[in-house]
Amino acid sequence: MNAYLELFTTFAKVGAMTFGGGYAMLPILQRELAEKRNWATEEELIDYYAIGQCTPGVIAVNVATFVGRKRKGIPGGIAATFGLAAPSIIIITLIAAFLRRFAEYPAVKNAFAGIRACVCVLVINAVVKMWKKAVTDKLTLAVFLAVFLCASFFSVSPAIYVVLAAALGVGVRKVKEKRA
Amino acid sequence: MIYLSLFYEFFKTGLFAIGGGMATVPFLYNLADKTGWFTASELTDMIAVSESTPGSIGINMACYVGFTSAGIFGSLIAAAGLVMPSLIIILIIAGFLEKFRTNNYVEYCFYGIRPASTGLIASSAALILSETVLNLELFKQKAGITEIADFKLIALAAVVFALMKLKWTKKLHPIVFIAFSALVGIVFKLGGA
Repeated sequence: MNAYLELFTTFAKVGAMTFGGGYAMLPILQRELAEKRNWATEEELIDYYAIGQCTPGVIAVNVATFVGRKRKGIPGGIAATFGLAAPSIIIITLIAAFLRRFAEYPAVKNAFAGIRACVCVLVINAVVKMWKKAVTDKLTLAVFLAVFLCASFFSVSPAIYVVLAAALGVGVRKVKEKRA
Repeated sequence: MIYLSLFYEFFKTGLFAIGGGMATVPFLYNLADKTGWFTASELTDMIAVSESTPGSIGINMACYVGFTSAGIFGSLIAAAGLVMPSLIIILIIAGFLEKFRTNNYVEYCFYGIRPASTGLIASSAALILSETVLNLELFKQKAGITEIADFKLIALAAVVFALMKLKWTKKLHPIVFIAFSALVGIVFKLGGA
C-alpha cells in the first residue's frame, strides 16, 4: 500500500477506536503503532505525549503528526493528522444532520457508562506499560511520585512539570558524568 | 465570509487551548457568545455528543460547531483550523528533535521528562476513574459508601481488568474490550437509562 495512504488509514482506525479523547487513545496507539507496526517505540510515545501536553492543541493530533513526520516527512505528518480527523468529520456530520438527540438515547447512555469503565482500565494498563519504561531508578521514581501527587491535587500547567523534570534530568546526569 | 472566520476562530482555539480537547470548551462558549452561530445550550449537547462518539473530543467539537454554523464544509474547515497550529508546531519540534536526537542533553532531558509525563497521565487516569465509579457530589453531602460508589461499574472494571490478565484473552485488541463493555452497559443498563 502507498505509504501515505497507510498512514492515513492507520490513524483513521485509531481515531475511530478512541472513546474519550487523548488519554483513551494511548492503549490504542500502543497496540497499533508500537506492538503491531514498529512505527514508534513505547519510549517515543511517552516523549510525544510529554511534548503534546505542553504544546498547544489536541494531544492526539500532536502524536499523529510526530509519527507521520518520522515515517514520511512533512506530507506524512499531514496525512496522519487528517487520517485521525476523518472519522470525527464523518461521524459528527451524520449525527449533527440526522441524530441530534444522539447522546440522550438510553442505549447510548448505557453503552457509554460501560465504555467509560472499560477505558479507565485500559488507560491504567497503558500507564503501567509506560511506567516500566520510564521509571528505571530512584530518581525517576521520585519524579513520577512527585508529579503524580502534585498533578492530582493542584491545577498547574503540565508544562511546568515537564520543564522542571527536564532540567532535573540534565542536572543529575551532568553531575553523574563529572563523577564518572 | 463565514468559512474564513470559522477557520480563523478554530485556528486561534487550537493555538491557545493547551492540554487536550476539553481545554477548547471555554473558547467555544466564548465563540457562541461572540458570533451567535450556535447557542450555549446547543453547545452543551455538542459536548455530550463529542464525548460519546469515537475520536478526539476537540476535533469532534470543532466538526459539530462547524457543521451547525456552516454545513459540511464548515465541519471540514473548523477541523482543519483546529489541527493546523499543532501540525505546524509539532512539525517544527520534530525537525529539531531529529537533528539533536543523538545530543546527550536531549537524552538527559527525556530521562527526566518520561517519569513526569507518566505521572501526569497517571493522575488523569486516577481522576477519570474516580469520576466514573464514584459520585463525588454525594461524597460532599457525606452520603454512605454504598450510595457514593457505583458497584456495577466497579464490577465491570474488575472483569475487564481480569480479562486483560488472562492468558486466553490478554492479547485481544483493546477495541474488543470496549465493544464488550458497551454491550454489558446496554444489557445491565449501567447508565441508569
